[in-house]
Amino acid sequence: MRGPVVATSIDRNGPGFFSRMADSELWLSRLMLAPAILYILLLVGFPFFLSLFYSVSNATVGSTNISFTGLENFQRVIESDTFWVALKNTIVFTILSQLLVLVFANMLAMALLADFRGKWLVRLLILLPWVAPISLGSVGWLWIFDSIYSVINWTLREAHLLGPQQWPIWLGTPDLAMASIITVQVWRMLPLATVIILAGLSSIPQDIHDAAAVDGAGFWRHLFQVTLPLVLPVALVALLFGIVFTFTDLIVVFVLTRGGPYDTTQVLASWAYFTGIQGGDLAGGAAISLFLLPVLVAVAIVFLRSARRAELT
Amino acid sequence: MAHFGLRAKRAAAAGGHAAVLIFFVTFLAFPFYWMLITTFKTTRDLYDTTHNPYLFHDPPTLHHLQVLFGDTQYLQWLANTAFVGVIVVAITLALAVPAGYALARMTGTWAQNLGIAIFLTYLVPPTILFIPFSRIIATLGLQDSLWSLVLVYPSFTVPFCTWLLMGFFKAIPRDLEDAAMIDGLSRLGAFIKVVVPISAAGLLTTIIFAFTLVTQEFVYGVTFITSSASYTVSVGVPTFLVRGDVYFWGSMMGACLIASVPIAIIYNFFVDRFVSGFTVGAIK
Repeated sequence: MRGPVVATSIDRNGPGFFSRMADSELWLSRLMLAPAILYILLLVGFPFFLSLFYSVSNATVGSTNISFTGLENFQRVIESDTFWVALKNTIVFTILSQLLVLVFANMLAMALLADFRGKWLVRLLILLPWVAPISLGSVGWLWIFDSIYSVINWTLREAHLLGPQQWPIWLGTPDLAMASIITVQVWRMLPLATVIILAGLSSIPQDIHDAAAVDGAGFWRHLFQVTLPLVLPVALVALLFGIVFTFTDLIVVFVLTRGGPYDTTQVLASWAYFTGIQGGDLAGGAAISLFLLPVLVAVAIVFLRSARRAELT
Repeated sequence: MAHFGLRAKRAAAAGGHAAVLIFFVTFLAFPFYWMLITTFKTTRDLYDTTHNPYLFHDPPTLHHLQVLFGDTQYLQWLANTAFVGVIVVAITLALAVPAGYALARMTGTWAQNLGIAIFLTYLVPPTILFIPFSRIIATLGLQDSLWSLVLVYPSFTVPFCTWLLMGFFKAIPRDLEDAAMIDGLSRLGAFIKVVVPISAAGLLTTIIFAFTLVTQEFVYGVTFITSSASYTVSVGVPTFLVRGDVYFWGSMMGACLIASVPIAIIYNFFVDRFVSGFTVGAIK
């Protein structure tokens, strides 16, 4: 990249252009940053604006002439019944799964704080769902939720929790299907939230716990008045990532239900895929996916505020 | 009496601790245990609803793995994933190492905001970008080619790895570089000959994360790639093997297990660094 510039601008009196560049803090840092920023602008910034453009056009997969159509796509999306179903599903899916993740992650992180034998193995097992590709983990759940061979049903029946006529079809019944995808999303996001909250718990100085113990705080009082308030900023970080990764996700829905039965598990992201890519309606798909944006912007603002506060203190 | 009460309390706490751990380990690890069992069971055993699914009624079999490696394109998918992973890791290092170092050494709020801005681009999800990308990829003539993934995956590995590396480089004392520069190295030379070698742990972490992010990616893969020979593992198994009326559960579970567990074990060693990247300034 730098080659031709070096050849043409050698300074005869002082050190060469190259070695001056290699020593100049300002230019060196700009040169080191430029490739990464350029890549990000080209491969995140440009498609993002293209997405804004498609959403106000009539673009389809094969079309050569794209013309401006104003807010027609958004109007078409809002007037569709599927949109309201998908919006409701996305919100239910995100809020329920993240509430559960937050409660479970706090419980699990507190259990992991103590030292015990075999802790490394427990940690490895707990991290598996986060590390393994989620599309493959979801295929595992597809088998667990199978309509005929579900191991959950077999176990429940053996435990006499299911009557002879009861055999839940997990992925084929509206409410059960939603419960199933929420379960899998909790399963997948819990490890990340746990390790983040665990890092927060470990950073609380022991003095504070000791002081609370000396003052005679019992387990619950200690938990609600000492530990939880101190872990709150870190828990917020875990929650923000959880919201971003859940609100915009389509993998769990795609693999387990494809939005079915009857769109009862369709979320905005999966609907954007089925409309824009499988249906070939790029403009419609772009408009749908842009409805994800307000939540992302809100999360980014909260994230920035907490990062700034961390800098100040 | 008080002594007895204390012991009972301790026993209850230990019991509660164990119960919480057992519950969550079961919930989180069970699907992988289930993949393992299913992989080695005979088809007859799997599909007999009167059998206890937790037990082997027939002796374990390698049949499903033979089918997976002999009759499907699984090996090809593994190779594709490795191919894309290696090139994306190389691109990520080439872009993120200099950028992370520059951000770590630049001072002022401007540099700090730039760092956060780069990290925030990691949060722009594939589900907003995949629709415009599908047309960009088509225009470039890369549809159905692994090169489309090579081009697009750095868009999420670079922001995250730049952020991680910035943290690493900030932890390296400036004095080291100053000493090297007094010894006659240029600033660039000090970076290459002094900073990079002692950041080996940070670079290794970056490599692992960039690679795992590639193996996990699904949305772009399923959007750009249409022929089964070009799938990566995370796309091939859930789309190609699941399609059709007959599900080869044994082979599918083997496919999921083989692609998941080795990465999980390597990743486990690096998870603390990963967490410190996520928690930003929230933990001091």
